[in-house]
Amino acid sequence: MIVVNTETLPGYRINEVKGLVQGNTIRAKHVGRDMMAGLKNLVGGELKGYTELLVEARRQALERMLAQAEQLGANAVVNVRFTTSAVTQGAAELYAYGTAVVVEEE
Amino acid sequence: MGWEFWIQIISFGVLMLFGIFVGGFVERRHFKRLAEKEALLADIVVTNLKAIPKGCVPHQCHLVMGDVTIASDYFKTFVAGIRKLVGGELRTYETLMERARRESLVRMLEQARLLGANAVLNVRFGSSSISSGRGRNRAAMVEMCAYGTAVSIPGNDSDSNESR
Repeated sequence: MIVVNTETLPGYRINEVKGLVQGNTIRAKHVGRDMMAGLKNLVGGELKGYTELLVEARRQALERMLAQAEQLGANAVVNVRFTTSAVTQGAAELYAYGTAVVVEEE
Repeated sequence: MGWEFWIQIISFGVLMLFGIFVGGFVERRHFKRLAEKEALLADIVVTNLKAIPKGCVPHQCHLVMGDVTIASDYFKTFVAGIRKLVGGELRTYETLMERARRESLVRMLEQARLLGANAVLNVRFGSSSISSGRGRNRAAMVEMCAYGTAVSIPGNDSDSNESR
């Protein structure tokens, strides 16, 4: 599965557009990590626990999107975008969406 | 004026000093490290153009991402809190955002470098919020994500014009 966030794939021809595919996940932060983050708010700097959490969440959203694309019989997803929204306090929704297409090498 | 009042004053003072010195040190070190990493990755072309140049190797098209979460220190959060009363520019948060953007970009470029790409197209930034607390105690932190499509453009290794 080829995943890009550009509209076309160089060297490939888009034969068929299967439609919009999407994946989302909502993550709440870990209690232990949150305490560490509270300390970090005094001195500033990177919050590694949160970074890991977000990387993991984004990957999951992406994987769910890819699973959907696979179900549609696509072999590539183009124009991928990520957005987030705050659902409740202390939790974030990560949402990945793109267009599932069937491509063929030129 | 009981002893509780003085304890509050002292802890506030300690936290402020901690924020000024340790926070300032952490920030300066971060900026230095960012400059070093950016110098190492400067040969990768970064653009938010969508068009893919003719003749790039198709197998190198790959989504790359860089995430980072950065918190502000106590002193800066306090200064920004005071500034919010009168409105205007919050300078102390500007450096926070700059650090987050540059760090996420650097991480994305490192991923591109691992894949052997020499350009990243259609770069976008996104941010999210999972910070806790409410009201005045709301923690100031920013979660930044940079993502783009890493590609290989043959013959573009040396004379790359950087567009950042």
